[in-house]
Amino acid sequence: MTKQSPANIATIPDEGVDKGGQRLTPEQVTRVIRRMFEEEGGARLKIYIETCVHCGLCSDACHFYLSNNKDPKFSPAGKVKQTLGIIIQKKGRVSIDFIKKASEIAFTECNLCKRCVMYCPFGIDIAYLMLFMRRICHKLGVVPQYIQDTAHSHSVTMNQMWVKEDEWIDTLQWQEDEARDEIENLRIPLEKEGAEIFYSVIGPEPKFRAQLIYQTAVIMNVAGMDWTMPATPGWDNSDMCMYTGDDEMAARLKKVHFEAAMRLKTKRIVMGECGHAFRSVYDVGNRHLGWKMSPLPLIHAIEFYYELFRDKKLRVKQKYDIPVTLHDPCNVVRGGGLHELARYVINETCSRFVEMHPNREHNYCCAAGGGVINCGPPYSKKRVIGNKVKADQLADAKARGAKIIIAPCHNCHAGLEDIVKYYDLDMEIKFLGDIIYECIDKT
Amino acid sequence: MNYSQWDWNVGKKVIADLSQWRNAFEWVEEPYVSPDGETIAAIVKTDDMAFSVCENGVSWEKYFDKIWYLRFGSGNCPVAIVSENSMWTVAVAGQPWGNWYEFVWDTRFSLDGKYITVAAQDGSKYFAVSDGIAWQQAFFSISNLAVSHDGKNAAAVVQTIPFNSGDIFKFQEGCYTVAVNGKTWDNNFLNVWDMSFSPDGRHLAAEVRKTLYDYTIVVDGQPWDKNFLSVWKPKFNPKDGSVTAPVKVNGGWALARNGEVIWEERFFQLWHHQYSPDGENIAAIVAPKFGQWTIAVNGKPWPSTFNNLVTDLAISPDGKRTACAARTKGQWHIAADGQCWDNGYDMAWAPVFSPDSRHIAAKVEKNGRFFIVIDGRPLTYDFAAAWGPLFSPDSNKLLVRGIGGGKNDGNYCRYVFELSEFLA
Repeated sequence: MTKQSPANIATIPDEGVDKGGQRLTPEQVTRVIRRMFEEEGGARLKIYIETCVHCGLCSDACHFYLSNNKDPKFSPAGKVKQTLGIIIQKKGRVSIDFIKKASEIAFTECNLCKRCVMYCPFGIDIAYLMLFMRRICHKLGVVPQYIQDTAHSHSVTMNQMWVKEDEWIDTLQWQEDEARDEIENLRIPLEKEGAEIFYSVIGPEPKFRAQLIYQTAVIMNVAGMDWTMPATPGWDNSDMCMYTGDDEMAARLKKVHFEAAMRLKTKRIVMGECGHAFRSVYDVGNRHLGWKMSPLPLIHAIEFYYELFRDKKLRVKQKYDIPVTLHDPCNVVRGGGLHELARYVINETCSRFVEMHPNREHNYCCAAGGGVINCGPPYSKKRVIGNKVKADQLADAKARGAKIIIAPCHNCHAGLEDIVKYYDLDMEIKFLGDIIYECIDKT
Repeated sequence: MNYSQWDWNVGKKVIADLSQWRNAFEWVEEPYVSPDGETIAAIVKTDDMAFSVCENGVSWEKYFDKIWYLRFGSGNCPVAIVSENSMWTVAVAGQPWGNWYEFVWDTRFSLDGKYITVAAQDGSKYFAVSDGIAWQQAFFSISNLAVSHDGKNAAAVVQTIPFNSGDIFKFQEGCYTVAVNGKTWDNNFLNVWDMSFSPDGRHLAAEVRKTLYDYTIVVDGQPWDKNFLSVWKPKFNPKDGSVTAPVKVNGGWALARNGEVIWEERFFQLWHHQYSPDGENIAAIVAPKFGQWTIAVNGKPWPSTFNNLVTDLAISPDGKRTACAARTKGQWHIAADGQCWDNGYDMAWAPVFSPDSRHIAAKVEKNGRFFIVIDGRPLTYDFAAAWGPLFSPDSNKLLVRGIGGGKNDGNYCRYVFELSEFLA
């Protein structure tokens, strides 16, 4: 396996960060930072900063740290020290170059995966601290170009892929037509008021992975579900604004999403296989708006598939026989506790399952999440180098027979594909929906 | 809508037997019912992959390759989006508009249902089409379509300046504005979202983002003097034409008029504000505290709160009463004037007031059956499917539209009940 020290990688050029920095003055930096601390840096921030005793127990939890020869710069506490730590020490009087470097650390060297939170003896939420740093960068306009563009897409279209309203509807109708060749009279019911299920996806599905919508339509129809999708914005449950620090826009996105489900009087939301979107609707965006939890019942695809098999709505014709392993996505496993349900679905559909180690809530992040992969190609090499530990974990599962990696999360999918390719692992990555579609009885 | 011309004779009228439709067609989609209850219609498919709409048991003469978004405007006439040869248009009672486009969507009706506007795309250019007449100007994109009450004016958010993928700095210069009947405002913004026409249709207010951080309200192209952390949809006061909007300030959400905060109270959330018809009272959905939802009238929240959500705010015609649908502890309820009605449901729809403001009715669902509740009491009938109730102009009768009333047959019926008998 290729191995490269990040020390050899210079600060990465990024138009969003570089040009954003050019528009700043040092006075502006100090003023914005101080205002952020005054208005938003409350007790939580203060307690976290003052409680950390720099014990280092978070370090071994971090894939960036483990993958980069245990360089302390990549330890969770080290990343806080290099960013917010210096800002606090200097009372906000930091340079523009400092902000640019802090932006790179906060946006591309931490996946906000919260594995370190589990190992911190005080439960300090490093992800919160990194997000606070990202919000400062947002307020200063120093955000990596690719993810900022995605945030702009969200603000205009309410989806992350600049998908226009007609393109969304047309894609659903196209997939409906395609699927009718396989299942006669299949429907993707648009705007069906009073349906039990509001099914939501993320922007890349209509843009790049329309077959996932096709597969879901088949599963819904075979299971006899009463479901709908909106023909309006609100269909995309994803949210990169949550990761750029644009909390106001993150809230707006979730308002549109939940209100689409309310408008159609659906009883619950079922979302596709996405991890960060789950975090957005279950934990973050809903709370920005004032909802303690999701205002309507909401489940991730893992829970939905579990229900379908538990309730015998789906029948397996022939189990998937190629050995599979499971990557536990951080947001739905550490963040949502869905790991056993995922294994239930795999046991229902696959004949040979190889556990990855560590697993469940201890699993290593894919290094794509937290918006890191959305920062785009400039950081992709750094990202895969920063997750060699994941490559080792996958190689171990492969050595024990696994050929397929099941990853019920879009970002994990993309991140693992990069790792498999970079480390030449020759493994295939699938969604749970791919497996289910392949093995259920569709008659 | 002229309700007075509807049939308000007390009794039951069988309109159609949907079970026969299911025998006649390969598939029958979910039906929709006209406001007066006299017509039920559904998209149907014949054996040869052609689609039509069945209206009271009779199919449209014309069949189409595809049909979707069947709805009734207030004019009791079924309207659907239809396709032939990969081109799309709107069909009203089976008659397609004369012009066809590469795509149409987002059907909007005037209050009286006579005027219909849709968003359209042709040749990768975007515009609106009202009653078959397209805007003369077309744009790079269109969204957030809005129509005036009389339907004679339409507005949308449009992109007027192109930018390359990933050109974040060009975007931040402002590439979007509003087009009213195809004519754009003079200034551009990063974003424009929800818009409201004034009741007379002559003015338009919109929520905008001027920079990544500055939100405000724009009226007829002119931004308010003040910026806010965020804003929600503005509304016109029907009495004096002033514009109000929920705005986020330090300390929470408040209501502002023409840029100045007018409610002293600060809320964790405040949205969907509405005026009474006389413009004297304003009600809004609010969260006085995190996770607690209710209605506030003129800034004063109801004492009772709901922990899941509040939606479908309604104000009585006399402006003195408010009602809503709410979900709390996993159950849906109807609440009025600060009081939650007794029963919980699996779903509750928007409550409606009688014209004299004395009564409230709503559709609710429990265990797969639909009920109509009036002033907290359920009507005896339950239905396999039902549509929202409507009061007669004299407020003495209630129109109920449902399938399978009291039993599990496929009959769709319209019922007119005397309120005095029910509420005695």
